[in-house]
Amino acid sequence: MKSAVIVFPGSNCDRDAHDAIKRVTGQAPAMVWHQETALPEGTQFVMLPGGFSYGDYLRCGAMASHSAIMPAIIAHAATGAPILGVCNGFQVLTECGLLPGALMRNAQLKFICEDTAITVTNSNTRFTSRYAANAKLTIPIAHHDGNYFADTETLIRIENEGQVAFRYGANPNGSANDIAGLMNEQGNVLGMMPHPERAVDAKHGGTDGLALFESLLGSA
Amino acid sequence: MTQYAENITAEIVKEHGLSTDEYQVILDRVGRAPNIVELGIFSVMWSEHCSYKSSRLHLGKLPTKGDKVIQGPGENAGVIDIGDGQAAIFKMESHNHPSYIEPYQGAATGVGGILRDVFTMGARPIALMNALRFGAPDHAKTRQLVDGVVAGIGGYGNCVGVPTVGGETNFHAGYNGNILVNAMAVGLADADKIFYARGAEPGQPIVYVGSKTGRDGIHGATMASAEFDDDSAEKRPTVQVGDPFTEKKLIEACLELMATDAIAAIQDMGAAGLTSSSVEMADKGGIGIELNMDKVPQRETNMSTYEMMLSESQERMLVIMKPGREDVAMRIFEKWELDVAVIGRTTDSKRMVLTHKGETVCDIPIAPLADDAPKYDRPWHAPEVRAQITARDVAKPGHMGEILLKLMGSPDMASKAWIWSQYDRHVMADTVASSQDPSDAAIVRIHGTDKALAITTDCTPRYCQADPYEGGKQAVAEAWRNLTAAGADPIAITDCLNFGNPERREIMGQFVGCIAGMAEACTKLDFPVVSGNVSLYNETNGAAIPPTPAIGGVGLIPDIDKRGQFGGLKDGDILLLVGETIGAMGASIYLKEIEGREDGGSPHVDLAAEKANGDFVRGQIRSGRLTACHDLSDGGLACAAADMALASKIGIKLAHEGDVPMHGFLFGEDQARYLIAAKTEDAIAILQDAKADDIPIQVVGLGGGSAITVNGAHNLELSRLRNAWEGWLPGLMSKLVVAAE
Repeated sequence: MKSAVIVFPGSNCDRDAHDAIKRVTGQAPAMVWHQETALPEGTQFVMLPGGFSYGDYLRCGAMASHSAIMPAIIAHAATGAPILGVCNGFQVLTECGLLPGALMRNAQLKFICEDTAITVTNSNTRFTSRYAANAKLTIPIAHHDGNYFADTETLIRIENEGQVAFRYGANPNGSANDIAGLMNEQGNVLGMMPHPERAVDAKHGGTDGLALFESLLGSA
Repeated sequence: MTQYAENITAEIVKEHGLSTDEYQVILDRVGRAPNIVELGIFSVMWSEHCSYKSSRLHLGKLPTKGDKVIQGPGENAGVIDIGDGQAAIFKMESHNHPSYIEPYQGAATGVGGILRDVFTMGARPIALMNALRFGAPDHAKTRQLVDGVVAGIGGYGNCVGVPTVGGETNFHAGYNGNILVNAMAVGLADADKIFYARGAEPGQPIVYVGSKTGRDGIHGATMASAEFDDDSAEKRPTVQVGDPFTEKKLIEACLELMATDAIAAIQDMGAAGLTSSSVEMADKGGIGIELNMDKVPQRETNMSTYEMMLSESQERMLVIMKPGREDVAMRIFEKWELDVAVIGRTTDSKRMVLTHKGETVCDIPIAPLADDAPKYDRPWHAPEVRAQITARDVAKPGHMGEILLKLMGSPDMASKAWIWSQYDRHVMADTVASSQDPSDAAIVRIHGTDKALAITTDCTPRYCQADPYEGGKQAVAEAWRNLTAAGADPIAITDCLNFGNPERREIMGQFVGCIAGMAEACTKLDFPVVSGNVSLYNETNGAAIPPTPAIGGVGLIPDIDKRGQFGGLKDGDILLLVGETIGAMGASIYLKEIEGREDGGSPHVDLAAEKANGDFVRGQIRSGRLTACHDLSDGGLACAAADMALASKIGIKLAHEGDVPMHGFLFGEDQARYLIAAKTEDAIAILQDAKADDIPIQVVGLGGGSAITVNGAHNLELSRLRNAWEGWLPGLMSKLVVAAE
């Protein structure tokens, strides 16, 4: 599977994303600088990594969502190709409109880094097919702004459409409906605050994130 | 010769922190009265912070050489060989004064500064640590300072994308007026691609990269070289403001530039900014420099040369390029949207010449600024020797479980999860054990290998106060012990020496004593000092901090599958105590928390026993026999057992027998000891090994149940212990703050 990781100024999980994708797919992803205007020929999977693009200045993900590369990513999403945004990548996806809602400051107003228990809410997606239904996972989080918010109608709609991919056990940040990971209506764009790329190695963070990348490999 | 240049007065010289004698030396070396720019440059270069004038004489006593040392003190950071053509580069530095005045920015820029010291040398930073000391928990400013410092460290480290993997936090009234914020950074580089401040030659372009220069932090180094008084809040404008986003870009851009072979010398702009970076590179290269101040990227209008040379604006570097390679830097830094400008060139004049708006505004010899800085042999006297206290001198308590509960819920012993859960410990995906995971040291894998660095920070200020010499020894020995308990071969240390006003004899006596103890331990344990920092004048209104020589130790774990940790104790495992116990209670946590006393001598550190016991334990870890391993330090055996039980989620049944009173056995702080656990058959083999090696060892209990017990009594349920241990710091931080000064 041909993959690409987008690198914004201030991205800091780009290397982790690169290594996780390479570990699962056996193929190193292209590292695409934000000033590019097109994805490399033949790219299938695109990952927007975590970090602090533009220092989180203005609003997390806001400036990155206006990068030169973003029109190409939005067009790529429209083709139905898989796109994963983790942490800051999730924030970029909501800012650019590929996903509904917004990520606000954590309810207790502090940065939180911890191993978090999440549940696979929908295992019938291209991101989660290798997980058992309602599987319980432990995946690390590390964010200051992961408090998912959407208006009531949106929440009802995304719940009815099965767009919630992951839900927190003990909600760490105040997210509406305990939402930890959310897909678009078509099911090809996933944003999540927990870091699956930090959970692909038994010697670091466990292996509960592996199946997410393996699911993608099977679907692409 | 005229005593003062135009518009300069004795008062202005004094405001620059220069003594009459020092000013006379300047007159002599310059050959005329200095103008305001020159005076400012001498003042920062000769400040305590930059020149180490009170400490240099004594720092020379520390051992700095060893088989694995590639670069010792004198460069931006120390460099050690970790095999396979790679090097670890590390340093610890204080940001005490600014963090007290403005905790968020003070702590944040402390992290930024120490990161730059490491990536300046060509290393990618892979780990951050911090050693924090705050005032008494109930002091009016403590909570605000804890909150601000922790947010600042997290705000910077999290954004820049380097994991904060460990550290230590103490509370003591002695820090009420002067908190300590010591930050350590560790980086990884190829051993043959290390960059130094030395190496510049005449005729090379000087390139400024990073953020623009503003008026922030002017005279920060001078502020850090004076005591505080009631008006210290007025020094707030001397604190710099950090921008971790720019730092992240600066790291990537510098590493990209370093891959091109276009750099002759490089230096970050830390304390005293443009002045110290340019002087240090010129001095180390034995050359001169000419800077055109009009070319310096400026954030504000109408900045004077004085302001530009003394500004401590953050996230800036000075690079001396190989001739004709300026375009390489331009291309890379423009890609990363950072300021870049050629601001001058190196010369063979050995002078610093600055021009601004067509005029020469400074023309002074370089050598006196660096090498001829004052060096004082400050008078000192050793503190009075305190009597040793053992458990026999201390009343025996009734219920040991209740004592243990109180100790584990006390400020220095309680869980610091409230702090470290605000730090990203996992970014870069190589953190094997951090403060979240139970090991005596942070363990960070060397990317792409099964090797790892073990990293620790240690100091027991109570001991240093009681006996500077033993306390200095103990700080080094505990760092060595922590690395050993993680299964690492300890390699080298960095230090951050925090003390009061060196012009007072008793403070200077503490400094001299601690250095002597450290030197002794470093020598005997083959654990040299490769970098460090001295922070003096940590005093407010004449009250000094407890002497705090913080030690940052680094070691190598050859195989991360054979590492030490203390979360693996199982039901039925035998607990063994390695090392001699006499029940030393002087300056212990027990005396402080249970008896409300801080008297008594520091426990004696037998370095030969330290080495022998540590080598034995490391061998057992690597044999794969141990299910858990923990060093003994504050609170002795009982607190180590409590840590192990909490991490392993299983009870411990301790058994006491012999001549040492029970409270000495449980809470004595004798050194060179470890608590290890193994299955019965392995424990028998370990006992046999210990006998063969002449290592003191005894069976002290076994794993099992849901409580900690001693001789079947003194029951303390783990759930109760966990609540006390986990609950203390969140409880403190959530109290309603009543403003009172």
